Amino acid sequence: MSDKAPSTSYLIKGARVLGGDATDMLLTDGVVAALGADAAGSAPSDVEAVDASGLIALPGLVDLHTHLREPGREDAETVDSGSAAAAVGGFTAVHAMANTDPVADTAGVVEQVWHLGRRAGLCDVHPVGAVTVGLGGSQLAELGAMAESAARVRMFSDDGKCVSDAVLMRRALEYVKAFDGVVAQHAQEPRLTEAAQMNEGSVSAVLGLRGWPAVAEESVIARDVLLAGHVGSRLHVCHVSTAGSVEILRWAKGKGIDVTAEVTPHHLFLTDENVRSYDPRFKVNPPLRTQGDVDALRQGLADGTIDAVATDHAPHSLEDKDCEWAAAAMGMTGLETAVGIVAAAMVDTGLLDWAGVADRMSRRPARIGRLAGQGRPLDVGEPANVTLIDSETRYTVDPKAMASRSRNTPYAGQALSARPVATFLRGRLTASDGVVRR
Amino acid sequence: MTRHLLSAADLTRDDATLILDTADELARVSDRPVKKLPTLRGRTVVNLFFEDSTRTRISFEAAAKRLSADVINFSAKGSSVSKGESLKDTALTLEAMGADAVVIRHPASGAPHTLAHSGWIGGSIVNAGDGTHEHPTQALLDAFTMRRHLSSLDGRKIVIVGDVLHSRVARSNVLLLSTLGAEVTLVAPPTLLPVGVDQWPCAYSYDLDASLEGADAVMMLRVQRERMNAAFFPSEREYSRRYGLDAERMARLPDEAIIMHPGPMNRGLEITAAVADSERAVIVEQVTNGVSVRMAVLYLLLGGSDSALGGVE
Amino acid sequence: MVRSDSEDEAREVLDADDVQRALTRIAHEVLERNKGAQSVILLGIPTRGVPLARRLAERIGEVEGRPIPHGSLDITMFRDDLRMRPARGLGRTELPDGGIDGAVVVLVDDVLFSGRSIRAALDALSELGRPHAVQLAVLVDRGHRQFPIRADYVGKNLPTSTRESVQVLLAEHDGRDAVLIGGSDETHDPSAEGGETA
Repeated sequence: MSDKAPSTSYLIKGARVLGGDATDMLLTDGVVAALGADAAGSAPSDVEAVDASGLIALPGLVDLHTHLREPGREDAETVDSGSAAAAVGGFTAVHAMANTDPVADTAGVVEQVWHLGRRAGLCDVHPVGAVTVGLGGSQLAELGAMAESAARVRMFSDDGKCVSDAVLMRRALEYVKAFDGVVAQHAQEPRLTEAAQMNEGSVSAVLGLRGWPAVAEESVIARDVLLAGHVGSRLHVCHVSTAGSVEILRWAKGKGIDVTAEVTPHHLFLTDENVRSYDPRFKVNPPLRTQGDVDALRQGLADGTIDAVATDHAPHSLEDKDCEWAAAAMGMTGLETAVGIVAAAMVDTGLLDWAGVADRMSRRPARIGRLAGQGRPLDVGEPANVTLIDSETRYTVDPKAMASRSRNTPYAGQALSARPVATFLRGRLTASDGVVRR
Repeated sequence: MTRHLLSAADLTRDDATLILDTADELARVSDRPVKKLPTLRGRTVVNLFFEDSTRTRISFEAAAKRLSADVINFSAKGSSVSKGESLKDTALTLEAMGADAVVIRHPASGAPHTLAHSGWIGGSIVNAGDGTHEHPTQALLDAFTMRRHLSSLDGRKIVIVGDVLHSRVARSNVLLLSTLGAEVTLVAPPTLLPVGVDQWPCAYSYDLDASLEGADAVMMLRVQRERMNAAFFPSEREYSRRYGLDAERMARLPDEAIIMHPGPMNRGLEITAAVADSERAVIVEQVTNGVSVRMAVLYLLLGGSDSALGGVE
Repeated sequence: MVRSDSEDEAREVLDADDVQRALTRIAHEVLERNKGAQSVILLGIPTRGVPLARRLAERIGEVEGRPIPHGSLDITMFRDDLRMRPARGLGRTELPDGGIDGAVVVLVDDVLFSGRSIRAALDALSELGRPHAVQLAVLVDRGHRQFPIRADYVGKNLPTSTRESVQVLLAEHDGRDAVLIGGSDETHDPSAEGGETA
């Protein structure tokens, strides 16, 4: 545990908590010690004052979907560099997906990732366990052992691949009930999407790239919500990307089925029109879709049909992206641009206010991941996981200035107007002004 | 001015007409005792072929040599192991050798675009076929052939039959022919037409017999037998019965209609031997015209200080 | 053909009748010099050399009582200034049946200036065959040669300054026959002649 913080007390002055009125906040000994008029008065003598006038204060952001690449692809990212990117992006907790090398399908691997996260000490790293051995889709992994391990895994996912076998998905949904776990499905019917390169539609027809039809995602979600309802399990749907998927989720929730869903920032902001350049920075799975899908996803996130924003941060080395489209890897980085993109897509458009952002990017993700100390309200006595956001100053995204080890962001040169300027993990400053603090 | 030829969509009607008119003149060079012009002397044209295609490569090679350019043939098989390193490293090597133009054929759609916008190469990129995306010089030589027989393309009815979904020839032809004022109809079973074809500047139909009425030109596309195994059509017999061009269907065409095929042909599948060898088939002529059209493209891209394509002067 | 500023500001130095008379005279000179038109072929250099060649062929044909072979010779690909501008469209090259081997080829152009066009025409010709002789007929010779080229038949000698522009109008292209001289502030480079596209 790194306890090298220069100060254990911060007086955050004049921040707009959840976008509301300006207030003072005192963080001491890892908790929110005082709020409002009391804060300045109760501050210890060695308190560090932070001028937060004009800044938005949110509970520390929680990411349900991140790829930290370690073990196996440390050239693209490590748990340490990914944690740094998370802290810079305003996150105090991330869920690290299991498609590493070796796959995180045993207690041993998930504990390794968990230890690496604690050693970095920049955010809480919660390893996600694979549903099937080796992500092979045919044999259940030792879900119970992973749940009991030091990593206390609660979310299980074969992300990258779909649990397409209906019987296996049913068994997984049933099995995790024993430890209040949740299966997070990457919904992609494999046979309908063999060698698929981009969304199937008018753009793919012109570009001569094999299409990934929306129905390949929607048909799996439809099946899974019915299964979850039938066996009485929790289900989480990763990176929802189509309008049809949103409708199915709305129907399922209306029926009382215990399903939650996440959407990525890029699916709220970019479309398949971007692919016309054949620039592999826009190559991602699930693919960028149409403007109609973007609009439906924004609406779904606004009305709560979609519960959370999850970055699906997918770092890739230069060789894996600096080539022709068909040869390029799928994925974009996202931890450091999430706040800016969500602000542009949802807050600037009037679809969500900052309190809504706190709900979708902190409270609900923490609840889905069963993280007791995260996503809490900013109240006296709560853990001091705080993110301060400057929503006024315009800035331009510069990949070279990022903390992530990889540079595959589609937003290079994009002008945005919201960025995290300070992140506190249980009262300790982990990042400020775009730089990680150790 | 654009110094690349990546897609038929990049060509305005003036560009396309300039290329075809220039090809017309250059076609006469082949009839002369000295089949050479000095125009591209000192320029280097590289044929960068990541897919086997002797026919197209030889066509580009002949075109470049008749303009006195130096030709370098680079045959590279892209492997999934080396991935994109093949393309980037190869490109940097060619740039070091001073290629004025790179003619590229690649199995990945968009590879010429990547090459043109990457900054790895300073010369002109000519797309000789990328994946299932486009094959602009094929469309140009097809239009040239049609123009020779039909005199003008405005309002002409052109029918293109076959595996449109996987055909770069079809895509380029639809774009170029509609730019030149022709009316194009695509004919295929529903499984071989792309989702989104209704947005294309052409009509489409599942009925070959109905579509052949009054056609000025019929272009048959190659259908790969492997598509049968991926359930695009049930059997060769059913495909050729419903979508193949045989003597009986040919007889119902207007007298002046011509029959085309980009090659190589599957005799007996999409086209019968009788049709392929008939007087109305201009398939061999298409190959000859390919050299003239490619000479025109190379001349217009490399012959002057700047490309002559891509915009109004 | 050096572009002039405008027809209105230019002054007419040859009118339609002058042009007709010049062509008639050249036709007779060709016949005289070649002792008949036995093996004469007229090749016009696009653009305006082509109708001039055709007219000359008609006149000579009237005298000889038989059609005289004529055609066109595009020189674009052989120009020495190709790389100074974007590639130009090509003009038509059309040789009479029988080719040019052993013939007396009379090249026909509207204006002779630096001589570079004719040099290019000689190169083009050498790729097409081996004429017995090559002669040159021009409607206007305005001087300022940069190459050792001279015309055998000249419609009109027009001493000009390089600052002036000479414009030949022909009925086939411009609706009427005339030769105009226009003024200009810029010095015209004789080697920039022939900038027209086909």
